[in-house]
Amino acid sequence: MVRRVSRREFNFGLVGLIGGLAVGCAQTGTPAPGAGQPPAPPAAPREVKVGAIYPLTGPVASSGLDCRYGIELAAEIVNGKYDLPLPLAREEGLPNLGGAKIQLIWADHGGSPERGQAEAERLITQEKVVALIGAYHSSVTATASQVAERMGVPYVNAESSSPSLTERGFKWFFRTGPHDATFGKNLFDLLRDMEKKGVKVRTIGIVNENTLYGSDANKITKQYAQEYGYQVVVDIAYPANTSDVTSEVQRIKANNPDVLFQVSYTSDLILFIRTYKQLDYHRQVMRGDSAGSDVPQYAKALGKDAEYAVTRAAWSADITAKRPAAKAVAEMFQQKFGQPMTENSARAFTGMLVLADAINRAKSVDPEAIRQALLATNIPGDQTIMPWQGVKFDEKTHQNIYAQGVNLQIIGGQYYTVWPFDLATREIVWPMPKWSQR
Amino acid sequence: MTPDLLVQVVVSGLLIGFVFALISVGLTLIFGVMDIVNFAHGEFLMLAMFAAFWLYALFAVDPVFSVLVCGPLLFVVGVLTHKLLIRHILNAPMLAQIFCTFGLSVFLKSLAQFLWGPNFRSITEPLLGGRIEVLGVFFGLPQVAAAVGAVLATGAVYLLIYRTELGRALQATSEDRQTAALMGIDTERMFTLAWGIGAACVGVAGALLSMFYYIYPEVGAVFALTSYVVVALGGFGSVTGAFIGGLIIGLVQVVAGFISPAFKMVVVYLVYMAVILWRPQGLFGRW
Repeated sequence: MVRRVSRREFNFGLVGLIGGLAVGCAQTGTPAPGAGQPPAPPAAPREVKVGAIYPLTGPVASSGLDCRYGIELAAEIVNGKYDLPLPLAREEGLPNLGGAKIQLIWADHGGSPERGQAEAERLITQEKVVALIGAYHSSVTATASQVAERMGVPYVNAESSSPSLTERGFKWFFRTGPHDATFGKNLFDLLRDMEKKGVKVRTIGIVNENTLYGSDANKITKQYAQEYGYQVVVDIAYPANTSDVTSEVQRIKANNPDVLFQVSYTSDLILFIRTYKQLDYHRQVMRGDSAGSDVPQYAKALGKDAEYAVTRAAWSADITAKRPAAKAVAEMFQQKFGQPMTENSARAFTGMLVLADAINRAKSVDPEAIRQALLATNIPGDQTIMPWQGVKFDEKTHQNIYAQGVNLQIIGGQYYTVWPFDLATREIVWPMPKWSQR
Repeated sequence: MTPDLLVQVVVSGLLIGFVFALISVGLTLIFGVMDIVNFAHGEFLMLAMFAAFWLYALFAVDPVFSVLVCGPLLFVVGVLTHKLLIRHILNAPMLAQIFCTFGLSVFLKSLAQFLWGPNFRSITEPLLGGRIEVLGVFFGLPQVAAAVGAVLATGAVYLLIYRTELGRALQATSEDRQTAALMGIDTERMFTLAWGIGAACVGVAGALLSMFYYIYPEVGAVFALTSYVVVALGGFGSVTGAFIGGLIIGLVQVVAGFISPAFKMVVVYLVYMAVILWRPQGLFGRW
């Protein structure tokens, strides 16, 4: 029988349907074991459904796939038995829920906020997932998490970097990864440290794609520029997926800033770098985006032209020197998927692990219990694969207060951590060599 | 804006405009003869770019040469599209025709993603790499090569249509299908030819673009929308219109982008709307 369920009923129902076998039995009229006595605690489910919303098709599908691999690996580590210093690795499944396994339900939003919203609704109402994870694009995360907020389902985000997401102060929304403000600050910290080394920077330029992701990054860059005392001489917002960026680059060239801050998606970035080369623009580029750095093919697609731009990252492969778990996980990843672990994979992996850990500590699939467990999360840095001090959510915004980034440079076809200087695996190349001298 | 910067911007606009023109010529040709809009046009372009990429990656054939392969290859794709799909919906309602080519577009995109994955690729070391500098104005060599190639290909199509017997037959079919058939023109052959030539245009354009553009399954969309605007601007079915329209859009996009990047597409569509208001049939349209 199909009938409409109110939201309140639904929230109860979620627990009942997935978690409470006994309740379910009583409703359908089958005599439950021990009927008539005080209700027994609901039997632990054998599987805990988690909904994952990512761009699995469309222009950003390659990044979506990286996230998917990360999440699949995390679920595998939780569900199986692995000797790794990570939460839930050494036990099979979720021990506090009788060894229940994480079951991932995938949804594709193809980069569209509307589809993200619809998929979130479908996952919650039809698939009855206990929590959601996703959705890479900040704009999609914004709409999908609104659904979760409305329906009272925990939503963990690992890789959207728009600061406004956590500034909304949602009750059910948690972000494990750093946001653009942190990333942006890290880039300016690098500039300040470079000045200590005698590099003079006065003016900066900003070029960003014009959706939420780029505009937020633009706002933050401007804010930090003011705070750190740099003058913004050119500020360009361009439409993503454009066929030609000659005019944008001409404009940047005409204004000639000392350092250029760029926030783009991968496709546009490839176009920009090629146009820089074509028009001989060679000022230091600071990439305030995660595009490209996380797609191994980006470096492959551009070859040597991809080198020397400074990019921020939440993760880099050379972190494996500091985190033993990261090394093992990166090897597993390479073996399982035949491609190196990327920043996106690592962030999504960590998000999934944090969520699984919270569900386990909640000892139930009750949304409120999971929410409380998320709030109480306190995972030390050495139990993650990230360059963080750990995972602990801010009480109000639910942003992971320990999340931070590193700055990288591609040199000789490989990413190296160049900042913070004490963690650097290679000396920074500054400024970028001229195109004719490469 | 200094004079040499102005020259630079104008040149850049024209260079990309020539490529827009070639893509749009293919689209307008199919429409002119068939009265069917090929919504899979961008995906044809994508296939050509991938063909050029794989010829480069597997057999080290540079796009300069693989143009000669990609053109004919897409000709075959166009012919097959007509024989397998379009032939059966010639007299179907317009909606069915739209969904047919639109469905083909989705199919080709998904197929490309299935076969080659969603990753970005590009030809890293094209034969015509680097750039040339003339009086402080930079020309990307691949862009120049693409523009020259596009002009040659567009010229060839123009000559074929306006200077040969075959072209006259194509024109006649486009003007009036029934009468052309009565005059002894094999219209079915003309339809096949229109699809073949239309697709071959993007075959050439795709190979040329692959010299400097990134390649991935969704790349068609970037160019398809622009080419629809170009075709409508130039006049449906007009090869000259598509050529001039391509140049206008290329120029407007780059110049507007220089003055105000956030509004560059706004200006493009404003120009388009202004022309459509003033001449609903497009610049060179017949009706």
